[in-house]
Parts: sequence; C-alpha cells; structure tokens
Amino acid sequence: MKILVPIKRVPDPATTIRVLPDGSGIATDNVKWVINPFCEIAIEEALRIKEKQTGEVILLTVGQTTWQEQLRTGLAMGADRAILVKTDAALDQLAIARIIAKVAGDEKPDLVILGKQAIDDDSNQVGQIVAETLAWPQATFASKVEFAGDKCTVIREVDGGLETIAFKLPGLITTDLRLNEPRYASLPGIMKARKKELKEVAADSLGVDLAPKLKIKRLDAPPKRQAGRKVASVEELVQVLHTEAKAI
Amino acid sequence: MSDLLRDLDFFNLDDLLTAEERMARDSVKQFVRREVLPSVEKHFAGETFPKELIPQMAELGMFGANLKGYGCAGMNNVAYGLIMQELEAGDSGLRSFASVQSALSMYAIYANGTEEQKRRFLPEMAKGKLIGCFGLTEPDHGSDPGGMETRARKDGDGWILNGTKRWITNGSIADLAIVWAKVDEGITGFVVERGTPGFSARDIHGKFSMRASITSELILEDVRIPRTAHLPQARGLKAPLGCLTQARYGIAWGAIGAARSCYQCALDYTKSRKQFTRPLAGYQLVQAKLVEMLTEITKAQMVCLRLAHLKDQGKMRPEHVSFAKRNNVNEALEIARHARDMLGANGIVNEYPVIRHMLNLETVNTYEGTFDVHTLILGRDVTGESAFD
Ligand SMILES: Cc1cc2nc3c(=O)[nH]c(=O)nc-3n(C[C@H](O)[C@H](O)[C@H](O)COP(=O)(O)OP(=O)(O)OC[C@H]3O[C@@H](n4cnc5c(N)ncnc54)[C@H](O)[C@@H]3O)c2cc1C
Ligand SMILES: Cc1cc2nc3c(=O)[nH]c(=O)nc-3n(C[C@H](O)[C@H](O)[C@H](O)COP(=O)(O)OP(=O)(O)OC[C@H]3O[C@@H](n4cnc5c(N)ncnc54)[C@H](O)[C@@H]3O)c2cc1C
Repeated sequence: MKILVPIKRVPDPATTIRVLPDGSGIATDNVKWVINPFCEIAIEEALRIKEKQTGEVILLTVGQTTWQEQLRTGLAMGADRAILVKTDAALDQLAIARIIAKVAGDEKPDLVILGKQAIDDDSNQVGQIVAETLAWPQATFASKVEFAGDKCTVIREVDGGLETIAFKLPGLITTDLRLNEPRYASLPGIMKARKKELKEVAADSLGVDLAPKLKIKRLDAPPKRQAGRKVASVEELVQVLHTEAKAI
Repeated sequence: MSDLLRDLDFFNLDDLLTAEERMARDSVKQFVRREVLPSVEKHFAGETFPKELIPQMAELGMFGANLKGYGCAGMNNVAYGLIMQELEAGDSGLRSFASVQSALSMYAIYANGTEEQKRRFLPEMAKGKLIGCFGLTEPDHGSDPGGMETRARKDGDGWILNGTKRWITNGSIADLAIVWAKVDEGITGFVVERGTPGFSARDIHGKFSMRASITSELILEDVRIPRTAHLPQARGLKAPLGCLTQARYGIAWGAIGAARSCYQCALDYTKSRKQFTRPLAGYQLVQAKLVEMLTEITKAQMVCLRLAHLKDQGKMRPEHVSFAKRNNVNEALEIARHARDMLGANGIVNEYPVIRHMLNLETVNTYEGTFDVHTLILGRDVTGESAFD
C-alpha cells in the first residue's frame, strides 16, 4: 500500500511557550522543535501497515528548509522518502490542505494518514479539508485501523464512546492519541535516513491558491490560574459543584 | 514536576550538533523518559538491573553504537557521547551497562580480536543477545591493574586460567567475560564464556551505590579454554587501558546527564518551594548554588564536545579523556550533593532522583580510574614525572 503521511513541526511539548510582547507570535529562541505527537502516531501507523502488507511510506511537510529535520526523523523511524514543500510564508490551514491534496493527486497514494490536530494551534481541520478537496472518504480520530483488501475499517473516538466506520480505499484517516505508541528513531535508522530521498518542491510552483483566508490578529498567554479552594467533605464538594460551578 | 530530562543548553551548543546527533540524543532521551524512569527507583531499591530493557536498547542500536561494521550503528563519537549522557540522566547503572557492553567488552574484541572472533561475537552483542563483562580489577589490585595475579598458562592447544576478578559490572548476567590475565610475555586478554567449567560469578550485595546495576566477583579455577578464546592482538597493559579510554570517554559525557537531572530537579524544587517570605530560588545563597551548577555543567559540555571532535579526528589522547573524566565526574558529584542539600528533607527520599544520582556518582568517581589516579596521569603528563609509585 502506498501511504502519504503529512506531518507538522511544532514546539516540543516540554518547552515553556512565551508569547511575544506584541502578541504577534511566540518567542522561538531556545524552542526545541519536534514532530507533532499526533503526526508521529500517523507515521507509526503507516509503518505498521507497511510492515504487514509491504508498500511505501512517503512523508510530506509544508514549511521552511529547517523542517527537513523532522522529515529526517520520520525517515529514521522507517519511512521510505520525504517531500518538503518549501515556503517561508505562514500559510493557513486551507492553503496547507490544498497543498497536501495537490501532492496526493500527483503521488496517488492509497491512503493519506495524518494527525487529527497539531498541538500548537489545535485547529483540527487539515485532514477534513484534504478529504473534502480530494472527494475521498475520511475517518477522523482513529483509535484502531484494520484492512481487508481495499476495505478499511476504523474505530473512531467520538464524544461518549467509540464508533466503527468502514470505507473503500483510497481514503483519509486522522489519528487519535490511543491508536499506537510510536517507535523511537533507532541509531541504525538514523544512519540509513541519510541516504533516503528528500525532495524539495517550491510551494508557489504547485499552482495552488495559497492566499491566506485566516489572519491571526494577536496571541495572548492564558490568564494565570487562580488558586483553588479546599472543601471539607464530599457532600460540600457536590454542593459546590452544583450551586457555584454549575457543573452537575 | 516538569520534565527532569530536559536539556540544559546555556551556550546554544545545540547549534554545533548535526541534526543526526540531536536525533540520536532525542531518541535515547525519549527511551529513558518512557521506559527507564517509571521503574528505575524500584530497581535501585531492589538491587536489580532492568534486564527487560536490554532488547529495546539493542533495537535502538545503543550497543557498540560508535563501532563500524559487525551490525553496529557506526555513529560518530558526538552521537555516542550524547547517548551516554541521556542514559546516565536516567541512571548511572544503565549507562554502566551500556559502557561495559560497548566500550569495554565489544571494543576489547573489536580492537584485539581475530576477524573470526569479531564476526562471531560482535553482531550478537550489538543485538543484545550476548551480554559481556570486563574483568580487570581484582580484590587486591584496583588502581594498579598491572599488579594483577590472575594467570594464564598454555595447556596443549589451549589455555588454563586461574584467579579472581572483583567489582565486575554485569558479571553474573554476562554470557561472556573479557578476562585479563598475565602470561610469560605480560598481560593479555581472553574471552571466557558462561558455563565454562571452573568459571563462576557471585554478586556483591550491600552496595549503597549503583544498586540498579549488577556487580560481581568472577572466580576462575583451572578454567580450560580453547586457543580461539585468546585475543591475539592484546599485548600488554595498554590493551585493557585502550578499552578503559573508550569507556572513560563515555563516562565523561554520562556524568553531565546525571548532573543535569540533579540541576533541573533542584531548580524546579527551589522555584516552587517557599520558605520564610519567598520561593527558595529567590534567596542569594540558593541562586549562587544554581549558578555554580549551571556553570560547571556548561563547562563540562564544552569539554566533552571538543573531546568528541578530537576523537572523531583521531587526535584524542588518553590524557584528554583523563581530564574530562576527572573533571566532569567530580563536578557532577558536587552538583548532586548540592542538589541533595537544596531539597532539604525531600532530598533524602526516592520521590526525587537526586540522592540516587548522588550515590551512584560515588562509584563513577571511583571506577575507570579514581579522581586521584587521573590527577596522577595528568600530573605525569604536565611534569614528565610519574608519581604513581
Ligand atoms: C560499582 C562498581 C563497578 C565496577 N565495575 C568494574 C568492571 O566492570 N570491571 C573492572 O575491572 N572493574 C570494575 N570496578 C572496579 C573499579 O575500577 C575499581 O574499584 C577502581 O579501579 C579502584 O580500585 P580499588 O577499588 O581497588 O581502589 P584502590 O586502588 O585501592 O584505591 C583506593 C584509594 O586510593 C587511591 N590511590 C590508589 N593509588 C594511589 C596512588 N598511587 N597515589 C595516591 N592515591 C592512590 C585511590 O585514588 C582511591 O582513593 C567497579 C567498581 C565499582 C564500585
Ligand atoms: C531523617 C529526618 C528526620 C527528621 N526528624 C525531625 C524531627 O524529629 N522533628 C522535626 O521537627 N523535624 C525533623 N526533620 C526535619 C528537618 O529538621 C528539616 O528537614 C530541616 O529543618 C530542613 O527543612 P526542610 O526539609 O523543609 O528544607 P527547606 O527548609 O525547604 O530547605 C531546603 C534548602 O533551602 C535552604 N534554605 C532554606 N531557607 C533558606 C534561606 N532563607 N536562604 C537560603 N537558603 C535557604 C536550606 O539550607 C536547604 O538547602 C527531620 C528530617 C529528616 C531528613
């Protein structure tokens, strides 16, 4: 099976994020960059599918030259080749999705699998837009994926439980947290990744409308959390949750 | 508590690392975070080594990672050092295991063995299927291995070994022991396999340090081994010392990891603990300690990075390694002791990793050439006078 895995570079969840004083973005000095954890899960799933059935895993990212590093990490995990669609512009989700759909159109994978959201902006829409643009079936928030011929069965995590859906390939899956635990890039894998193909394509050469429809006006750090209050008993807790917090 | 394994990079040394080197570090860091930290206190308390991690460490390619061929990853020495650093940020015992497997046992065969020995042992050791140990120290000969009493004598086509080795990491869990012994021509090395009649290992208990690592005594009573067990290129004390140089190199890096974990823990703790009117981190005395720790860790990082580049260029001298091992371990031990103090009473319990690192570093200070022995090595280097005996 040929699998396309679009991935995103995000700040390491372990680093403390500081918003720039003018609210135009986050301070990036001393930020460590990693593959978005949901995308890592997508890479892992693609590798597992490939290991079961043979095929090819192609990584894709849209960003600056430095994003190569995350592609190399994915190659070190075991992906076969990678494509960097290069741009210095801050593209919105729609433009990114259009680029992914364009590359998918050219590469003709059987499956596109990607993270359900990125932990930086949590927008949770790229996968859905890609599927819509390609007019492909989509299964979002996957916690289990199985294949029988060209039929794919996905268990999705939805509010209040699990939902099982099935579709015929080609299709698109977005990954949830519990789908798998990604492998480490092994040291021999890192050495092998050196020799794997990493192709660069200029974003504006793809003939895709990249004009942003979305504008980030300002970022604010979340307000400092107020100190909590201790209650004396379970009864009081229930009472307070009911009358003050109105949570139950 | 936030992530105690996080990097400390005051001088942006990451800019001097390649993407591959960072990737190797981050992979091992992630392994330590997920697989080591959750169970390390249990192993330390129970005096057990986390054997269950061996297959994963092998899968990651940690064993013999800087050796070329024979199923080894063939990474450069920067990456190898960073791997050791991250392992020791978890526990010195884990790093010891990797050092003994890679830099002592595998390297002994790699540097002194026949092609046949290399092909037979190294790939299996890289896979973690064969575990090695390195028997140099004896009950009566530690800093002075040249005085060893273990003897090998020719017996027909093979050899017969007699002697006792003590303080041998991995001794009782090893499938093969590199045993250093005296023959008529001087010191040489042998590969003694587990189960060879007359060869046994007994664990040393009651340790207050390196409790998550196995330390044993090896007893060799008329152990008959074939000709093919001899490492033919091992001629003289310089053969085991060559292995020690490799291991000490990794230890110099490893100490940074242990020190860094202690620093991050003390930093988090003193920022959140309030005494009198402020967080402890707001007091001058506490800041002075934190700054001292930061300074020494940063200096140690710079020494190691330079050492790695010299090693990769083939320009590293054993004295360079003595400098780094001596300084970095000593500073790490100081940092661990300060961090222990800064945690107050919490510094004595295993809810925090600090006292474990502190206790482990006492061993790291002693093995692979004590602090003072490295002082003598450097003293000889700068003065031209040997002060050993
Ligand atoms: C947990 C652990 C694991 C170990 N693993 C291994 C292993 O895998 N393989 C192995 O072969 N060994 C191993 N060792 C042994 C270790 O290498 C020795 O303990 C070390 O070399 C010191 O030797 P010693 O203990 O006999 O101390 P000694 O040599 O007796 O030294 C005692 C003290 O005297 C000082 N001293 C010694 N000589 C001089 C001198 N000339 N002038 C001034 N001061 C001097 C030393 O600095 C030290 O402070 C291990 C030790 C420990 C604790
Ligand atoms: C085994 C054990 C038995 C004990 N038994 C008893 C007992 O029987 N009865 C009892 O009452 N207590 C007992 N204690 C508690 C002990 O007295 C306290 O641990 C000690 O007073 C230190 O307090 P702390 O642990 O809260 O550390 P902290 O006060 O939080 O100190 C942490 C660190 O901050 C430093 N520090 C604190 N204030 C400042 C400042 N203003 N400026 C600069 N640095 C500062 C300290 O020197 C230390 O390095 C015991 C402790 C232990 C470990």
